[in-house]
Amino acid sequence: MTEPIAPPPEPGTGAHELPDLLLSEAAVTEGGLEVKARSQWNYARRRFLRHRFAMLGLVILIIVFGAGVFANYVAPYSFSEIDLNNILSGPTTAHQHYFGTDEIGRDYFSRVVYGIRTSEEVGLFVAFASSVIGLIIGAIAGYYGGWIDNLLMRFTDLVLTLPFLAILLTAAALEGQGSQWRVSIILALLFWTGLARVVRGIFLSLREKEYVEAAKAAGAGDIRIMFRHILPNTLGPVIVNGTLAVATAILTEAALSFLGFGIKPPTPSLGVLVSEAQNNPQQWWLTVFPGLTIVIIVLAINFVGDGLRDALDPTQRRIRA
Amino acid sequence: MPRTSSEPLLSIRNLVVEFKTDDGIVHAVDDISYDVFPGEILGIVGESGSGKSVSTMSILGLIPQPPGRVVGGTAVFKGRDLLTLKKKELRDVRGEEVAMVFQDPMTSLNPVLKVGFQLGEPIKTHHPKESNDAVKARVVELLRLVGVPNPEARYNQYPHEFSGGMRQRAMIAMAIANSPSLLIADEPTTALDVTIQAQVLGVLKTVQEETNAATILITHDLGIVAEMCDRVLVMYAGKIVESGDVETIFRSPQHPYTIGLMDSLPKLTEDEEWLRPIPGSPPSMISLPSGCAFHPRCFLSDGRARCREEVPVLHSAEGFDHASACHFSDELIGHASKFSTPVAGGAA
Repeated sequence: MTEPIAPPPEPGTGAHELPDLLLSEAAVTEGGLEVKARSQWNYARRRFLRHRFAMLGLVILIIVFGAGVFANYVAPYSFSEIDLNNILSGPTTAHQHYFGTDEIGRDYFSRVVYGIRTSEEVGLFVAFASSVIGLIIGAIAGYYGGWIDNLLMRFTDLVLTLPFLAILLTAAALEGQGSQWRVSIILALLFWTGLARVVRGIFLSLREKEYVEAAKAAGAGDIRIMFRHILPNTLGPVIVNGTLAVATAILTEAALSFLGFGIKPPTPSLGVLVSEAQNNPQQWWLTVFPGLTIVIIVLAINFVGDGLRDALDPTQRRIRA
Repeated sequence: MPRTSSEPLLSIRNLVVEFKTDDGIVHAVDDISYDVFPGEILGIVGESGSGKSVSTMSILGLIPQPPGRVVGGTAVFKGRDLLTLKKKELRDVRGEEVAMVFQDPMTSLNPVLKVGFQLGEPIKTHHPKESNDAVKARVVELLRLVGVPNPEARYNQYPHEFSGGMRQRAMIAMAIANSPSLLIADEPTTALDVTIQAQVLGVLKTVQEETNAATILITHDLGIVAEMCDRVLVMYAGKIVESGDVETIFRSPQHPYTIGLMDSLPKLTEDEEWLRPIPGSPPSMISLPSGCAFHPRCFLSDGRARCREEVPVLHSAEGFDHASACHFSDELIGHASKFSTPVAGGAA
């Protein structure tokens, strides 16, 4: 949209200038020079939809996570139902044991599907909770700067240096294996540091922007400026970070459960399943199916995360794919 | 427009603002006093770093603190000293009674928020009970007032869909959203090209007449001052060096710096081969020259000791309400500047 060309107003005519300008600009508008508006989100969506790997990842994620969400309908058995006639049977369509059965005859397909549900719940919760913590701490540190920034960032450094495997192992050792929520909360309390730093950096640079000053001059308070004016500018990195945090959380939970310090059986999580499979190394399906599921989920999430990063980066006009 | 009453709306006395830098303390504003009267347009002119922006931003608490600090002075606005207000009270003044238009319209609108939303912000901030429909209606009306075509459609657009001139109009609309009694325009047209400048100034003047808000117009463009203002303050190195009404200052400037500024402008009615710039460059604000800060560049000083040794104070000069901070301003009476003959308009 270009500025319509209007003759510079005659000096000294004062109030008569405005109506003239109005007329000339209205004429230009009616002449059809207005360009169809496209918002930033519009552009981002288009870029994302054209990103082939991201779309592939998204489709896989929808299928896998959908199976987890609707586990009650997808799984032919419950995760603890025992079929004593088919112990350690290989993958077969008979009795709908698609992924075989484990050492006490539980349907492995059902256990994997319920495992997906547990893992995705952990992943999504950790990603959400840690994003919220990271956002708030990063926003406050970056916006206020000075000693507040120093305090919060040193605290972040402290959390970052905590050997979180050791903490989790200690927690598990003290109280035994726990529910998925306990694991999730501990992970969330340890996972926010990266995002806090990113958000702080963005806030540090954006608080100097003129529009922040303009908002201040308009009488907006600190909270309003932080969360109404600056926060929307950080959503790109926050979304990308959050997406990738889902993958990291799922992997970490799997690792913890594998070590026996995560989620308590019989609740199946993908990590628990891989861990239990160690008892029967000959039965390949016990390791391969949950393991492969983890790989597929994490890979798909990373594809989606990459696609989102490319789509949400406003400096990126071309699509890599 | 002449001032409508003799009671000042804003009265600044002995304002001192300093910034701590690694190299030392900068006295960005050094003991300045001025009044703004209801309904008038006051121009503040000066080159970059002369303290013209800081002198107004500081009274609203809009300078970064630290490193900035208001060291002393008062700024009485409608009977209250803005410099002693609490943060919350000052916030209630900002955007409600005193509003600002910023220099660069390209960056003073938030790129991720719709223009209509941003324009409604000052209304919602100060009048939270206002219904969303009422706010929207008011914003559309404001956009129409500042000459944005298609205000209903524009309401839902993002800043990147606005051109520079349109954005500055939107900023003006945002500033007058709550009908402030004082409008501070900080170089509102510097970032715009010349034809758009003229339009935006036209809008500003219309808006000023409509709302009858006193306006402080900060600029380094004397053309704009001549076109828009009733009174002028000329600032140099954090001090006011000359003040007076526009006619007087342009006809008989009484400070060598003002004369230098005017002489460095091209005059369209004369065929000039060369411009006459002020020799030298603005002084470092950390180590100002002794005495009159302008003396090393001054054509009048001529090496006189008084210029080097004594800091000049603002004293009344020839003409109504005219003051100059030059020891030898009397020698300038009758001095012909380029614009001694009345200026025939011509912003920029």
